[in-house]
Amino acid sequence: MKFGVLINEGPYQHQASDSAYKFIEAAIEEGHEIYRVFFYHDGVNNGTRLATPPQDDRHIPNRWSELAEKHDLDLVLCVAAAQRRGMVDEGEMERNKKDANNIADKFRISGLGQLIEAGIQADRMITFGD
Amino acid sequence: MEEQELESGKIRKFIYVNRKAPHGTIYAHEALEVVLIAAAFEQDVSLAFIDDGVYQLKKGQNTDGIATKNFSKTFGALDMYDVEKLYVEKESLDARGLSEEDLSVDVEILPALDLKKLFNESEVFFNF
Repeated sequence: MKFGVLINEGPYQHQASDSAYKFIEAAIEEGHEIYRVFFYHDGVNNGTRLATPPQDDRHIPNRWSELAEKHDLDLVLCVAAAQRRGMVDEGEMERNKKDANNIADKFRISGLGQLIEAGIQADRMITFGD
Repeated sequence: MEEQELESGKIRKFIYVNRKAPHGTIYAHEALEVVLIAAAFEQDVSLAFIDDGVYQLKKGQNTDGIATKNFSKTFGALDMYDVEKLYVEKESLDARGLSEEDLSVDVEILPALDLKKLFNESEVFFNF
């Protein structure tokens, strides 16, 4: 089955991102396909490369980057949500004249259309969040 | 890319279920942004309002005191986006002492059982 995944909560504050990660690992293990992982609301904060969690804790953004690298996942941060919360890639940095960017490896920023498209193309949309 | 998506011609039944109060958290506001973008994809769209989500449609909202955007007016413009199917759960209204006259837009009020049927018939389920 082809899954679309929506993550609506930020890292550490909420389990949504952890649960989605575990779900995706298990789904791939079972031979399913992940069409796209879309991060919305505070979920966009999962895509920062500037996080430094304690060493004995999981590194949520890095873990996403690694999983994406391994399985060629499409990790998309909603641009409107990202702009509100200061998640910036190189394109956004130039467009909005910021002095830095902070997006982690394998994430990209794009529009909400990517979420709707996932809804259309995936067999199932799964939401993680409150 | 988006043009290609529109040309794919696949029409699915989307339902957006709004469960949260309009203010206090950003869920409701950002959910409405999804609906507005989704309208461009020419899908079969329904909106449902349950639990505190029914407050999103409350008439006469004023957010001046909390410096947030009063997006409640946007619900009145949804028909211009061809988003015309708005459902409100009767039990949620009743529990909050609200009735149809308290709402700012035309909706269909459904008992929970009918709403459940609508959910089951939907193909893409987003809940905010």
